[in-house]
Amino acid sequence: MSNVDALDTPAMELASVDEAALPRRQYLTFMLAGEEYALDILWVQEIRGWCRATRVPNSAEFMCGVINLRGAIIPIIDLRIRFGLPRQEYSPTTVVVVLRVCTDGKERIMGVVVDAMAETYNIPDNAILPSPQVCGVMDPEFVQGLVTVEDKMVVVLDVDALLSTPELALDSASDTDN
Amino acid sequence: MSVDLSQFIPTFLEESFEGLELMESSLLDLDGCDEETINAIFRAAHSIKGGAGTFGFNAVSEFTHIAETLLDEMRSGRRSVESDLVNLLLESVDCIRSLLEAARDGVECDDPQIDTVAARLKAALDATAPADEQPTIEAEPESAAAVNSGWRIEFIPQAQMLETGNEPLMMFQALADLGELTVEVVLDQLPDFSELVPQTLYLQWQLSVAGDCTEADIREVFEWVEDECELTVEPLTSPSAIQAEPSEVTQAESPESATKNPPEPPAVTESAAEPATVPAKAATPKRKAPAESSSIRVDIDKVDALINRVGELVITQSMLSQVGHQVADMEHPATESLYAGLSQLERNTRDLQEEVMRIRMLPISFVFNRFPRMVHDISGKLGKQVELKLSGEQTELDKTVMEKIGDPMVHLVRNSLDHGLENPDERREAGKEECGTVQLNAYHQGGYIVIEISDDGRGLNTQRILEKAVDKGLVPADNQLSEREINELVFMPGFSTADEVSDLSGRGVGMDVVRRNIESLGGHVSVKSEQGVGSTFSISLPLTLAILDGQLIRVGEQETCVIPLVSIVESQQVNAGAMKPMAGQESLYRFRDEYIPLIHLQQLFQLPGKVSALDNCLLVIVEASGTKVGLLVDELLGQQQVVIKSLESNYRRVQGLSGATILGDGSVALIIDIAGVVKMGLDNDSRKALKHHNSQRELLEEARV
Amino acid sequence: MASILVVDDSASLRNMVTFTLKQAGFDIVEAGNGQEALTKARGGKFDLILSDVNMPVMDGITFCTEVRKLPAFKFTPVLMLTTESSDEMKQKGKTAGATGWLVKPFNPDKLLSTIKRVIR
Repeated sequence: MSNVDALDTPAMELASVDEAALPRRQYLTFMLAGEEYALDILWVQEIRGWCRATRVPNSAEFMCGVINLRGAIIPIIDLRIRFGLPRQEYSPTTVVVVLRVCTDGKERIMGVVVDAMAETYNIPDNAILPSPQVCGVMDPEFVQGLVTVEDKMVVVLDVDALLSTPELALDSASDTDN
Repeated sequence: MSVDLSQFIPTFLEESFEGLELMESSLLDLDGCDEETINAIFRAAHSIKGGAGTFGFNAVSEFTHIAETLLDEMRSGRRSVESDLVNLLLESVDCIRSLLEAARDGVECDDPQIDTVAARLKAALDATAPADEQPTIEAEPESAAAVNSGWRIEFIPQAQMLETGNEPLMMFQALADLGELTVEVVLDQLPDFSELVPQTLYLQWQLSVAGDCTEADIREVFEWVEDECELTVEPLTSPSAIQAEPSEVTQAESPESATKNPPEPPAVTESAAEPATVPAKAATPKRKAPAESSSIRVDIDKVDALINRVGELVITQSMLSQVGHQVADMEHPATESLYAGLSQLERNTRDLQEEVMRIRMLPISFVFNRFPRMVHDISGKLGKQVELKLSGEQTELDKTVMEKIGDPMVHLVRNSLDHGLENPDERREAGKEECGTVQLNAYHQGGYIVIEISDDGRGLNTQRILEKAVDKGLVPADNQLSEREINELVFMPGFSTADEVSDLSGRGVGMDVVRRNIESLGGHVSVKSEQGVGSTFSISLPLTLAILDGQLIRVGEQETCVIPLVSIVESQQVNAGAMKPMAGQESLYRFRDEYIPLIHLQQLFQLPGKVSALDNCLLVIVEASGTKVGLLVDELLGQQQVVIKSLESNYRRVQGLSGATILGDGSVALIIDIAGVVKMGLDNDSRKALKHHNSQRELLEEARV
Repeated sequence: MASILVVDDSASLRNMVTFTLKQAGFDIVEAGNGQEALTKARGGKFDLILSDVNMPVMDGITFCTEVRKLPAFKFTPVLMLTTESSDEMKQKGKTAGATGWLVKPFNPDKLLSTIKRVIR
């Protein structure tokens, strides 16, 4: 996942135009309010069914709470609420995607609640086009780009940006704001 | 083949820093010529020098060597112990520390002090340079041997050479490593078999080594037995045959040494008496350092892994207990024994957990020991006379807590020295002894360790503190704060009553940071002071960071939280008659002989769900740093041991919580930080009042329905 | 498998020596001072002893003297690990019955090549 790998790549490789040699990544997609979103599978640790989370005092509304993941306490975020979408009852297809992100050099595990899982795709990097200022729900800050897969438009998310928002910051100084 | 030494460097550094601490405390304790102490200081320097050399930390070994030489003179009595020298050596300790740190970080040490102190050390050495020998690294005998095809060797060992454990066979094998070896034994001295004494060496040899090794290489093989043999080494190309008489016997060895040997076995006892300087003192029982400490060094990761494992075990055990409760009523022949087994398991788990926690506990003396030096130096700089008293040094606390409590303590002690204690003149005028006292004390109380830092100085100027606080808008002008509450204002961010920020207590590292650091460990700090008499800062820290005994409670409709048992004073039904609603503020409750504020946890935590009416709540009276508060909760659930899990690893620190735990059923329960809750509950006056009003209205409406 | 007793109060030095010698195929037992080493010697069998000189409780010279009194160790090679190489030091060692010495600081290669003079 680290960008250091890119630095190691000799210049020769980068100049190559051979299609087959272009880097492709695997993506996992999920549904949220009818739209399909993609995540680089390297961020995804696992998928779980929905289970009740313990609410944390004075936390943002999109913070469902924390759950026990094999002994570790991890926060769960409801993406619908996060993006101002209408709330939905959690159903058997509701899924929690457990992500491993790196913020400030520290690795953390978090979960996001989505409507349902969709597919996995192999997408070449150059197929992801920069997104225009969409009037969609997603803050462009979190969008890496758009890609067309099997005639569908899928929004590729930047998970690090998504979960590195101040509300989730580790800095205890933010406590004094409470 | 080359061995990678870098894996041993961390241990060396750890040892060396410990050695420096020992040197420092011993130097401070050194009054006069206590031989044992000087020896200990010397040995510590000696080890550091040796190890540094091995790992290639040349700057460290060179500098330490100078200090070590000085110490050697002191320990052998060639130089007397004077306070100037002691101070110089103390400074040397600082220098060595800097050098080690630089070595550890892989950078050049740019501390200008080092050259200065080194120069002063050398000057001190030269001043009364003892005529005795200076230990030097042995230079290999430089025989300018021309490249030749090899060497011819005549080796005539003395009869008792074997007794030193030298074995000609081994030596010859070593020669064989240098080149092609031929060996010819000379049996001239061999007696008849019947006269043979088995352990005596009667053989002599003539050898040749063909190769391009130097004469020095050859001689090196025989280096240890120089005095116990006749050795002749000649180049092979030399036409002369080996002469009979020994041309080069030994190297500048005085003839006496040859006659002192051979050591017959009985002579060994004789020699034991000879070296008087050899520490027969090792037998002296007055050594206070732990001589025969049977301890082992263990990587702290291993200890943490063990503690985590025990934590998991506690969770599993409590889960089983829960299942046990569920089947308790079942009629089954095995139920009773299952139950008995589970009880036993609980006891064993509890004991195991206690014992494992103790592994990480160390006496607080490790931290206290920083201070004599610090007080010595700072009081000197400030021109104040200070006596440092330590008590409770053997009180134990968790290693990690101890590592983190050092800096806050340093700050508080500096504060006492800088602002608290008056200078000798002032003290005299105040009718006090010229020499002020700073006292560090530690003891266990409940599940906590309490550390007190007291001084008999001028105490906190309550009035000035209040003025400053009002000035800065930290408190409203019409506040009703008690004296203690005013004194606690010094912990607020941005607060400093020192008119000039003295460079000792430092800029920006305020009391608020001290408090925050302590609270992040789950502890609290408070102050008691009397103007003109002195101040006492009290730090309390939990004894263990990992497991606690908790009272489970239900807050709101479905949230389970945990209150640390140590904080609970009493739990009771809410007695409506004891309630005293205050306008604009939260209700007060009469408990025993005082009024305590009430905090409704569900409201405070803004947890969802219907807010239950006050008289449906239960009251849990808790205490934190002397403040009692009544917590309103929905239900009391069981009591159990819980493993503290961090919220910060994957989320962040949450005010009011000290962590979370996993219950027997796998769900997450939040652990309440009582001090945090108290702070939250009492801080948000206006916010709470508003909510209170709203909820009051709701309650009234409900009551009406 | 030849076994060696390593005596030094510096854990880092013991670590280095033990590691080096183990890699070379020896069995190692460690002790932190002369007293401990003596106890271990009484209870064990060693083909070589490496001992520091400056140690608490019992120093290397005394230890060497004492260990030589044990019948099993009358001829066992004992090498002193010392930072001093003065004649006085050597003499002390010899008188105590030491086989030889190794001057600190030494690197692993030096250690291995030196002990070859007394053990394989």
